Amino acid sequence: MSSLLYRLPSPFPCASGCLPQCITNTWKNLREKEYVGFATLPNQVHRKSVKKGFDFTLMVAGESGLGKSTLVNSLFLTDLHKDRKLLNAEERISQTVEITKHTVDIEEKGVKLKLTIVDTPGFGDAVNNTECWRPITDYIDQQFEQYFRDESGLNRKNIQDNRVHCCLYFIPPFGHGLRPVDIEFMKALQDKVNVVPLISKADCLMPSEIKKLKERLREEIDKYGIKIYQFPDCDSDEDEEFKQQDRELKESTPFAVIGSNTVVEARGQRVRGRLYPWGIVEVENQSHCDFVKLRTMLIRTHMHDLKDITCDCHYENYRAQCIQTMTSKMNADKRVESPIPILPLSTPDVETEKLIKMKDEELRRMQQMLQKMQQQMHEQDL
Amino acid sequence: PGRVPGLTAGVIRGADLFGYVGIEAVLDQMRRKTMKAGFEFNIMVVGQSGLGKSTLVNTLFKSKVSRKSCTPNYEEKISKTVKLQSVSHVIEEKGVKMKLTVIDTPGFGDQINNENCWEPIVKYVNEQYEKYLKEELHVNRKRRIPDTRVHCCIYFLPATGHWLRPIDIEFMKRLGKIVSIVPVIAKADTLTIEERLEFKQRIRQDLAANGIRVYPQKEYDEDAEDRIVNDRIRESIPFAVVGTDKEHQVNGNKVLGRKTKWGIIEVENAAHCEFANLRDLLIRSHLQDLKDVTHNIHYETYRVRRLNESNMNFSELELSIRPLENGNGDKSESESHL
Repeated sequence: MSSLLYRLPSPFPCASGCLPQCITNTWKNLREKEYVGFATLPNQVHRKSVKKGFDFTLMVAGESGLGKSTLVNSLFLTDLHKDRKLLNAEERISQTVEITKHTVDIEEKGVKLKLTIVDTPGFGDAVNNTECWRPITDYIDQQFEQYFRDESGLNRKNIQDNRVHCCLYFIPPFGHGLRPVDIEFMKALQDKVNVVPLISKADCLMPSEIKKLKERLREEIDKYGIKIYQFPDCDSDEDEEFKQQDRELKESTPFAVIGSNTVVEARGQRVRGRLYPWGIVEVENQSHCDFVKLRTMLIRTHMHDLKDITCDCHYENYRAQCIQTMTSKMNADKRVESPIPILPLSTPDVETEKLIKMKDEELRRMQQMLQKMQQQMHEQDL
Repeated sequence: PGRVPGLTAGVIRGADLFGYVGIEAVLDQMRRKTMKAGFEFNIMVVGQSGLGKSTLVNTLFKSKVSRKSCTPNYEEKISKTVKLQSVSHVIEEKGVKMKLTVIDTPGFGDQINNENCWEPIVKYVNEQYEKYLKEELHVNRKRRIPDTRVHCCIYFLPATGHWLRPIDIEFMKRLGKIVSIVPVIAKADTLTIEERLEFKQRIRQDLAANGIRVYPQKEYDEDAEDRIVNDRIRESIPFAVVGTDKEHQVNGNKVLGRKTKWGIIEVENAAHCEFANLRDLLIRSHLQDLKDVTHNIHYETYRVRRLNESNMNFSELELSIRPLENGNGDKSESESHL
């Protein structure tokens, strides 16, 4: 008996309920005596991910002049907008909302991050801003659609994930709360992307004003039922320090941020900041603004959660909706139900069309075979 | 044979006085009269909600004169349409009384679709000119026509640091023709000095490119002295302002300021912001000029346009149907007078 056990492959993850009692007892002894080793799984995952690298897509939205580009530069310590030209008002009168993408590869301590920043110049700048968020929702939907196609395709080895994982929405500090455009925008995007509202250019507010504005914003977000990104509750078995941090983080939303492209001398050190005649604002000073909290949340603690929610919630919602509309259309057309719906491509080229048709034929053949096999089995059972 | 006795048309010569005549006492008499009568000043504030319009007006006149401070249970709510509301106060300083009217424009630029949000404002300004015109055309008119015309319109620009926005250009284009606009950069404590200078330069470029004339307009400089003073002003508009009604202790003095974690922004310190320049312009040096420009230029333009329009149709002016004493004769007299 014992020789058999040693030949069994390890690790044996099956619950001990599947094995006869004598074997489980011996297994238990084994575990105490020898270290099996699957506790190293997290490390293996870690090593593989480091090799593979991470990708993260961040969208920034808000009117011109709220410091979006400066904040992104400060967050990732890059200079993404070096040669940016500011359009003058004439050029902007006829401008519609654009979507621009910048990708940059950042590496820190061997961990690679492929960061994509999606910018939305022109948002909210015109006199008539009705539905100015349409290009943005269209873009997000396009990325979902692209991923859906890739995921449903036959070659899934190198799927590129361009889905937007997080959208930072910049609320101007000048107002007294949410403006109509803020409410409409966040409601349009709440089911498609993780919306993180920020109070921008917070250096023009005094501490009491920041507190009042945050309270007001939280109230109004509740009142209008806007679903912004919620921090997940930390596990009850986390240590007290982490829990305290988590609580502080949650209580200070929406974050009031300041960004800076310049380094100044403050208190004998060189820090990122803004130099005014009345003092120096330090971007990374927690008593000056919530920049550090935002960076911690976005990069250090919640990046993965943001990606998870994008995949598990927003993308799945989109996918379910898509499939529903497709199947209802197909039922109307009385065609064979195929789990891979033919989605209308925006600009299909002939090659891809041919390929798709070929693959669809293959699938249909496979399905027919399956159906035949099922029928045969059914007849056998009878 | 053609000479009227007692009337000599001659060259006006300068005469040297060899004694004190007392002509300058006229200034005193004028002063006393105007002090008794008091001044009227109507100022309009335009800008999106939250740009500090009420606070600035209160700070300018060092008293709670804004609509916000006067309405009990004032709630910060964005109104769905642009509704003009005015509040009047009589403030007094060293025996000089001023009836100050602040006209507020809540709802301007706050909606998603702000097309034509300037129209109620244009309408209001023209209505005041119309009121004055009607009073002026009356057969029996009041000695002092009540002046509700807008003497100055402060337009608040958000401190984006980039350029003028389309809504700014549309507004100032239209209203720059009928009222004196003074643009200011609101809540300027978010711009460093360099950013401020660059922003101002870009704004001036934008204004010139769009043919927008703000106060003080170049064409109305009366003489070289005026031009020098006004040129200096024109080079530094729009003023970057910060407003507050709270006082703090700085170096043993009580100053108006905003206290942040990195320092105190002193509102009246010229090194911090340009509030003092704005106050000097509006109140201490150019207040009378603003009124003169409104009366002599903007109002006259309106009057000429209106009278030309109604050249054919007299009744359009809706002159009061007061019974004229001498029937037709008087009517033709008043026609020729126009």
